[in-house]
Amino acid sequence: MKGPLSYLQPGRNTKVSDQSETMSFIPGQPVTAVVQRIEIRKLRQGEHLILGFSIGGGIDQDPGQNPFSEDKSDKGIYVTRVTPEGPAEVAGLMMGDKVMQVNGWDMTMVTHDQARKRLTKKNEDVVRLLVTRKSLEQAVKHSMM
Amino acid sequence: MDTESTYSGYSYYSGRSRGSHRHGERSRDHHKSRSKDGSRSEKSVTINAPPAEPLLGDSSVLGEEVQDDNWGETTTAVTGTSEHSLSQEDIVRITKDLEDSVGLDCRRYFTLTLAVVLGLLVFLTPLAFLALPHLLWPDKLLVCGTACEGLFISVAFKLLILLLAMWALFFRAPRAGLPRVFVFRVLLAVLVLLFVVSYWLFYGVRILDSQDENYQGIVQYAVSLVDALLFIHYLAIVLLELRQLQPAFSVCVTRSTDGETRHYNLGQLSIQRAALAIIENYYRDFSVHNPALLTASKSRAAKHLAGLKVYNVDGEFPASPATGPENNAATGLAHSQSRAMIAAAARRRDTSHNELYYEEVEHERRVRKRKARLVVAVEEAFTHIKRMQEEEQKKAPGDVMDPREAAQAIFPSMARSLQKYLRTTRQQHCHSMESIQQHLAFCITNNMTPKAFLESYLTPGPTLQYGRERWLARQWTLVSEASVTSGLKEGAIFLLKCIDFSLVVTAKRIPYIQLSEEFIDPKSHKFVLRLQSETSV
Repeated sequence: MKGPLSYLQPGRNTKVSDQSETMSFIPGQPVTAVVQRIEIRKLRQGEHLILGFSIGGGIDQDPGQNPFSEDKSDKGIYVTRVTPEGPAEVAGLMMGDKVMQVNGWDMTMVTHDQARKRLTKKNEDVVRLLVTRKSLEQAVKHSMM
Repeated sequence: MDTESTYSGYSYYSGRSRGSHRHGERSRDHHKSRSKDGSRSEKSVTINAPPAEPLLGDSSVLGEEVQDDNWGETTTAVTGTSEHSLSQEDIVRITKDLEDSVGLDCRRYFTLTLAVVLGLLVFLTPLAFLALPHLLWPDKLLVCGTACEGLFISVAFKLLILLLAMWALFFRAPRAGLPRVFVFRVLLAVLVLLFVVSYWLFYGVRILDSQDENYQGIVQYAVSLVDALLFIHYLAIVLLELRQLQPAFSVCVTRSTDGETRHYNLGQLSIQRAALAIIENYYRDFSVHNPALLTASKSRAAKHLAGLKVYNVDGEFPASPATGPENNAATGLAHSQSRAMIAAAARRRDTSHNELYYEEVEHERRVRKRKARLVVAVEEAFTHIKRMQEEEQKKAPGDVMDPREAAQAIFPSMARSLQKYLRTTRQQHCHSMESIQQHLAFCITNNMTPKAFLESYLTPGPTLQYGRERWLARQWTLVSEASVTSGLKEGAIFLLKCIDFSLVVTAKRIPYIQLSEEFIDPKSHKFVLRLQSETSV
């Protein structure tokens, strides 16, 4: 299900700011982004619960090799692949999205393994993601003009 | 004939020269060996002497190539006829040779005698200083003690060293004749002369006139003279030999006919010495000048100009102009005509680039084919020859050949393909049949492979590889705006003209290099692993 477009809510590590900015961040400054709320229901396949997409990135990875990021020093978590007809695609997740929060947990400053763990908790059936992409910002700009 | 010593500069004591520009050097032997010269330029005709010089060597009447080379198919025969024909240039050159050779020998002997005289003066002066008191006032002289006699030994050895050093540095066979004197050598000769004269002056006034009895003082005076001469010799070494060793200039040498370019590093030399160094390098590095390769571009150039003619429709004739304003009008008309021609030529739809491209491709293909045939033929020919071992020699003294006969035996099987290849690459006038057989015998003697034998025919080598008639070592002219004894400077340009081509030389200073140091601690080499993993969730 696609969630409504919204500005990023104050979460654990983020603050609200009035300016709409690009996705790149300045260390120490609040990050602002236009995000989309996506709710994915996990699908049971055998004994695993899968979401149907792959992630890349993390603070322990090499940001220069990320094909989806605009700023090549961005160490955030990106969606690298979406399984066709999987739960993620059905919910509206697209390839190249940057995952900002998962169930309220921040995803902008985590290691790759921490991100994987947050997404694959066995006792959660539903994950609520906040993702951002370039087209969201442009859509907001167009609607404001 | 190219190594004859001719003009001055060789000796340290070269005195005043005639100073006139001399282009090229001639020697006594030149007009004797003249008859054996090969073709000098495209316009002159080869002079063949009777001992059947290569039929292959005939060439170029009026620039066209006469392909009279069936030596591959037929056997060699001494024809007995020889062609002696002289062009106008040759006649002029011959008369000049006769004039020059006499004058030049005088000059050479003049400088040689000057050098010997100065050398003798220098060598005998200390001996004279020592001997004169004994001759003139032997009874008044104090007895020479031990220290004084010790000085005799030192004088003797120092004179010996001076003699050997002078011989080593100055009395060497000159390897070139240069247009002007070496400035440094003249200066050194003048310095030595002044020095010796001043010593004689002092000796004459203070010792001869007053008849000094202190013989030890006189001996010490002589020793000081020899010491000073050794120091002047040291100065000569530094100025003449050491100063130009450190590279200071980088010269770019371009041949005017085909643009072949090389760069050399030279030290601080005068222009004439730099020219000499460049020419010596030319003989080693540049491929031989082959006029046959230049005809294609000339014919293309002729085609460009042909087909365009300027007609003057308005009826004004640029007749012989009398005074100022009419003169300008006439030249203005000529300028506009040439501009119109250039514009028309540029606009014309010209397909000569097409022809050039296809011609080059075709030529390349033909050369490759001929080369393949040649390589196969030579390899096959070489398999027929085997070196005979010592033991076999004693056992079967049958059909044993020396290298020359062996070469003659296998030559006919490869001659035809070699001739065709040389003709395709337009090298046939560089190699005579005799020279090819000689080269083949040489390769056989030294156990070379067919590939090694072919190497000198597949690529055009440096000029020294070919016969003496290609060297043209006596034809070089130095053309320079600056004086030829002045040193090389940044941006100096001069020309070295030979008969058929010229070498354009530009000099540039080697930049001053500022080198800085950076220290790297061996422990600072540390690496991290950078991953980009993808996990599916």
